[in-house]
Amino acid sequence: MLKIKNLKAKIDGKEILKGINLEVKPGEVHAIMGPNGSGKSTLAAVLAGREIFEVTEGEVEYLGKNLLEMTPEERAKEGIFLGFQYPIEIPGVSMVNFMKTAVNEKRKYHNQEPLSAAEFLKLMREKKAVVEIDSNLTNRSVNEGFSGGEKKKNEIFQMAMLEPKLAILDETDSGLDIDALRIVANGVNKLKTPENATIVITHYQRLLDYIVPDVVHVLYQGRIVKTSGKELALELEEKGYDWIKKEVEQES
Amino acid sequence: MENQVLADINTIFIDRFKNEKSVLCEGSSELINSHREKAFEIFQKTGIPTKADERYRYITLDPVFRVDYKSYLRKRDILFNIDDVFHCDVPNLETHTILLVNGWYHDKENQLTSLPGGAVIGSFMAAAQKYPRLFEKYYGKYADPNTDGLTALNTAFAQDGIFLYVPKGVILDKSIQIINILLSDEDVMAQPRNLFILEENSQAQIVVCDHTLSSQRFLTNSVTEIAAGKNSLFDFYKIQNEHNGSVQLSSVFINQKKASNVVSGVITLHGGIIRNNIHVKLEEEYCENSTMGLYLSDKGQHVDNYTFIDHASPNCTSNELFKGVLDDYATGAFTGKILVRKDAQNTRAFQANNNILLTDDAKINTKPQLEIWADDVKCSHGATVGQLDDNALFYLRSRGINEKEARMLLMFGFTYEIMNKIKIEPLKIRISNLIEKRLRGELSRCNSCVMNCREC
Ligand SMILES: Nc1ncnc2c1ncn2[C@@H]1O[C@H](COP(=O)(O)OP(=O)(O)OP(=O)(O)O)[C@@H](O)[C@H]1O
Ligand SMILES: [Mg+2]
Repeated sequence: MLKIKNLKAKIDGKEILKGINLEVKPGEVHAIMGPNGSGKSTLAAVLAGREIFEVTEGEVEYLGKNLLEMTPEERAKEGIFLGFQYPIEIPGVSMVNFMKTAVNEKRKYHNQEPLSAAEFLKLMREKKAVVEIDSNLTNRSVNEGFSGGEKKKNEIFQMAMLEPKLAILDETDSGLDIDALRIVANGVNKLKTPENATIVITHYQRLLDYIVPDVVHVLYQGRIVKTSGKELALELEEKGYDWIKKEVEQES
Repeated sequence: MENQVLADINTIFIDRFKNEKSVLCEGSSELINSHREKAFEIFQKTGIPTKADERYRYITLDPVFRVDYKSYLRKRDILFNIDDVFHCDVPNLETHTILLVNGWYHDKENQLTSLPGGAVIGSFMAAAQKYPRLFEKYYGKYADPNTDGLTALNTAFAQDGIFLYVPKGVILDKSIQIINILLSDEDVMAQPRNLFILEENSQAQIVVCDHTLSSQRFLTNSVTEIAAGKNSLFDFYKIQNEHNGSVQLSSVFINQKKASNVVSGVITLHGGIIRNNIHVKLEEEYCENSTMGLYLSDKGQHVDNYTFIDHASPNCTSNELFKGVLDDYATGAFTGKILVRKDAQNTRAFQANNNILLTDDAKINTKPQLEIWADDVKCSHGATVGQLDDNALFYLRSRGINEKEARMLLMFGFTYEIMNKIKIEPLKIRISNLIEKRLRGELSRCNSCVMNCREC
């Protein structure tokens, strides 16, 4: 469903992604790991359409379409969801208003009637239960004053509301306590179908005990330098990244 | 250049005063007329404010006055039923609604209306005749004509406007809605004068809606005096929705006695040039004041807010919040003066002015002016000028919300802080609808009007 070929992107003249190749098929879970600053969030942002990154080379095909030509909102309505590493606080915009607008814009795009107020509230209630999110949070402004963990849960709540085909979760596990981690992971698993796929960006093997990946990639210095099965995560946990960095240096 | 034009304009006002004094004084009480004389003398010296006056640095008043406005020194009959052309629908808001047309109290039959508990609302002119003792005590006590030329000019020409009296201990449970209508077949200048008196332990809420109902140019130079007695509670909201060929110069003087609580808010939706002067004097201890403003402007509009919070006694709190969204080549200014006098210990005074400029051509000047003479003071002020938050915009778009709608949500969110402070719930809902429409560009000032006038 997603084919990334030789993707290069830069910001302020600095090349961050230096030729990414990645293919994700329906039903798959891919994990992307890698040292800080290697370009994981940049890749996620480019896939979601963040315009401050300039794509200089490469192609991205998503469900047969050229993803790079689409606006962020089109991508979202076509089923891409980005769980932000650092969710944004938006004072004055209520969660309810935000989600209602998002859900109905998506419905409109797919030629569906907008949800009535009652239907919408019912949907909210259901999805809140999935991520066991506190009711009070959805009565507040988007992420405003949310704790780190609450923000992450809120990302999964939004994901549950929007039912994406391809979810890219950027360090959704960091900052979560053990219970929250389980809840979030369960949330992701509940939303899993044979048609949709997930890319989880993480530093910790722990998350992958819950969300079991089919493939694990290591992103380093703007390239995917290693791809393997889920055992790679365990190996990284144990040994760190030094051996991979060495391998890369030897090759070049 | 500016000064020359203004000098000529001052001469016009001075001549008009001299020539038409008898008409001006006709129907007004002796007290009003004696204030008139004194104010006129002051105006002769000061004239219309120029940029040399620091408080008026960002507004150019000479083109404002250059138009050859008519001033109606006698009440004119309006030849149609106002209900046919206008309804300012604040749903579920139970109000006493009163109309002011071109500065004159509209209801000819009932110049003064009794409200529960002995409260009175009605024509300023009629009230001055009927309640000389109240006027003796309150009129001209807060709006000193020495403040500036606009206050002096209004006092010299004051004839009619709105009068409210709420006696000791009386609580008005219905809000009062004042609809200020400007409507004429020629360009008009109006100088309404309002006096609101709240005695000890009384409560009232006023909502003022300013509208232009015809395409002529209008200039309003209004003065409102508010006397908030001991322990009184007063809420005063003003919604400015006039066409872009109109000018509104509004001066409000609020005087607060012990432990009174006054909330005032100005919501500027439309208008050519708008200047709001808000003077608050916390004269006795334990007062609370909240002064807020929201301006949404575009095209060549200019919105200028000047506030002066005078902490004259200890243990008072003032909170100021002004927010603005400026589009196109609109300009604006906020000047917030806070004076904490020597004896005003344990003062808390907070001020914030936040602006969003949607284009490179939109401009805002924002300036706090703090003058603090007491030692035990908690004071803060902050001004921001920025654009819509790019990260927030992307966040919303990444959830499938199109860019236009996302911008709308962010602007609306920006105004929410002000809206949230409006205590009258149905009014809050109504204003938030108006603001949403305004931000979507769907609100014209003609919204509730069936007459066809100029483009906004
Ligand atoms: N807006 C920006 N301006 C300049 N440099 C940027 C910007 N955003 C990212 N970078 C740089 O790009 C590189 C990759 O950043 P990115 O956030 O993608 O890393 P990451 O792999 O997600 O790291 P982490 O594990 O710490 O989250 C870093 O060196 C970062 O400083
Ligand atoms: Mg990152």
